[in-house]
Amino acid sequence: MRDCRLVSRKFDIKNSFKIDIAKEHGAYKTLDKAYALKPLEIVEIIKESNLRGKGGGGASAGDKWALMPQESDKPSFLAVNCDESEPGTFKDRQIISKDPHLLIEGILITCHAIKAKHAYIYIRGEYKQYQDILQTAIDEAYSDGLLRECDITIHRGAGAYICGEKSALLESMEGKRGHPRLKPKQKEPEWFFDNPTLVNNVETIASVPFIVQNGAQAYRDFGTEQSPGTLLFAMSGHVQNPGVYEAEFGTSMMEYINHFGDGVKNGKKLKAVIPGGVSCGVLTADECENLTLDYEALRSIGSSLGTGGMILMDEDTDMVEALKNILEFYHEESCGQCTPCREGTGWSDKIVAKILAKKGTKEDIDKLFDLADVMNGKTICVFAPSVSVVIVSFITKFRDEFEAIL
Amino acid sequence: MSFSFNEENLVKIEELKKRYPSPNALNLPCLWMAQYQEGYISIDAIDEIARIIHMPSMEVYRVATFYTMFHLEPQDKLIVDVCKTLSCKLCGSDEILNHLQNKDVRVRHVECLGSCGTAPVMQINDEYYENLDTKKVDEILGEML
Repeated sequence: MRDCRLVSRKFDIKNSFKIDIAKEHGAYKTLDKAYALKPLEIVEIIKESNLRGKGGGGASAGDKWALMPQESDKPSFLAVNCDESEPGTFKDRQIISKDPHLLIEGILITCHAIKAKHAYIYIRGEYKQYQDILQTAIDEAYSDGLLRECDITIHRGAGAYICGEKSALLESMEGKRGHPRLKPKQKEPEWFFDNPTLVNNVETIASVPFIVQNGAQAYRDFGTEQSPGTLLFAMSGHVQNPGVYEAEFGTSMMEYINHFGDGVKNGKKLKAVIPGGVSCGVLTADECENLTLDYEALRSIGSSLGTGGMILMDEDTDMVEALKNILEFYHEESCGQCTPCREGTGWSDKIVAKILAKKGTKEDIDKLFDLADVMNGKTICVFAPSVSVVIVSFITKFRDEFEAIL
Repeated sequence: MSFSFNEENLVKIEELKKRYPSPNALNLPCLWMAQYQEGYISIDAIDEIARIIHMPSMEVYRVATFYTMFHLEPQDKLIVDVCKTLSCKLCGSDEILNHLQNKDVRVRHVECLGSCGTAPVMQINDEYYENLDTKKVDEILGEML
C-alpha cells in the first residue's frame, strides 16, 4: 500500500505539537508562498485540487470557499468544525493533539483566501485535554507573531452531537441551542451573526498547506478522479489493531483493514462494517469484499463514506443489539426541533427494544420501515434521514436475525 | 445566594467580548466559567450571565439545559461518564458499567466520546481514561475516592 501521509506526516514525531519541533519539520513553510498569492488564486488552487470536505459530507471545499465574498462591508469569518462526535470517528483529535500547528497553518492560509480576520475552532466539550494542547499551540503561534493578520479563538461546546452540523454549530456559537437552520434556496455562505462565514472540518483545513505548497495536481496524484487525495480513515470495534491511519481514496477496504488493522480481532470472521461513522448504512462482509474506499464506490452500494471511521463487527455480533445501540444514540442526540426526528428516534428505539425482549411481531418490523420512511426527507437537517438509512440497512441485510427472535 | 464571577473570570470575559461580533456568543463560555467556579450552574449564575451577555435569563436557561455537560444542581458525588456507544459496547463497555454499579460514584451512560480506537473509555473531570478493564477502573477510582 502506497505511503501517503499528507496530513499525518508529523504524527509519529515526538513532541511535534510544540512549535519548535513542528517548525524543524516544515511547519509554516507554506505561509510565504500563500501570502504571495492573491486570495482568489488560492481559492482556484483548492477548486482545482477538488479537495472534498472531510467531516462527512464530502462536498467540494473550493466551491464553498468561492461562495465567500471577496468584497464586503461585513467581516468574514472561518469556523473550523472540531465537534467530532460521529460514533466511530476520532481523527480530528489526532490532528489537534499531534500536529496542531498544521491546523493553524491551514487556518491562516484559508483566512487569507477568504479574507477573514478571525477564525473560530468549535471543539466538542469532552475534548478538554486536547483543547488545552491546541490552545497552547495557538498561544505559541501568537508569541511567534504568526497571528498578526488573523485571530484564532477556540469555542468550546458542551455535549451535543448535533452541533457538528454546520448551521447548528453556528447557532451554538451564537449562544443558542444547537438547532440546525433551514437551508437557503440558493447557494450562499453560512452566517455567523449575519456575517458571511465558512465552516470546514479540521482535517479539510489541515489538508490545505500540502495543496498550496505542492499544487493541485500533487494532491490529485493521490486518490481517484472524483475522490482525490487522502483521508484519515479509522478503524474501531472488532479489529485487532484499531486506530487512525491515513490512506488515499480508492484503497481497497479489506486491504486497508488487513494492512493497518491486522484483520478482525481474535482471528474471528467479519460479519459487518459500518463504513464511516454510524450514520452510514451498514455493509455485510460480502459487500466489503471488493469495495474501495471512495465516495462513489460507497454511494453505488447505497451507503456512504462519511468520515471514514469504520466500525467492524465480528461473526458473534448480535445485529439487533447493535441497531438498538445506535438508535439509543440517535434518540439521545436528536435536537428535538422536528417532530419526525424527535418522535421517530424514540419510537424506533422502543420497537427494537421490544424485539430484543422477544416480544416483537412481524408488524413491528413493518412499523420500523414505516418510521424510516416518515423520518426520511421530512426534516430540517440530515440527522433523521441518516437514522432512516441505518434502520433500513440493518433490517434489510440482517432480517433473519430480527425474525429469529420475534 | 447571589452570584458574581471572580476577578479572573471577569478579566477573561472582557477579553472574550473583544473576540466576538456580539456578546451573545459568550453564553457557552460564561456557563463553563460559572460551572468551574461553583461546581454547578445556579439560577443566580444564569441571571448574572444573562445580564452580561444581554440575553433574557430564560434563553440562557434554555441553552444550559440543552447541553449535557452542564450541571444545574450541585454534585455531591464524583461523576463518571462511561461511553456506551457502539465501538465501546463492542469492546466491553457493559462490563465496565456493571462493575461501576457498586462504586460510590455517579455513573452516567454517555454517548460517543470520540475515543473509539481506545475503547472502552470513560471520562472523569475532563480527563479520558482509555482501553479500560475492570482492574484499571479500580486503580483509577482508588486514587480518586
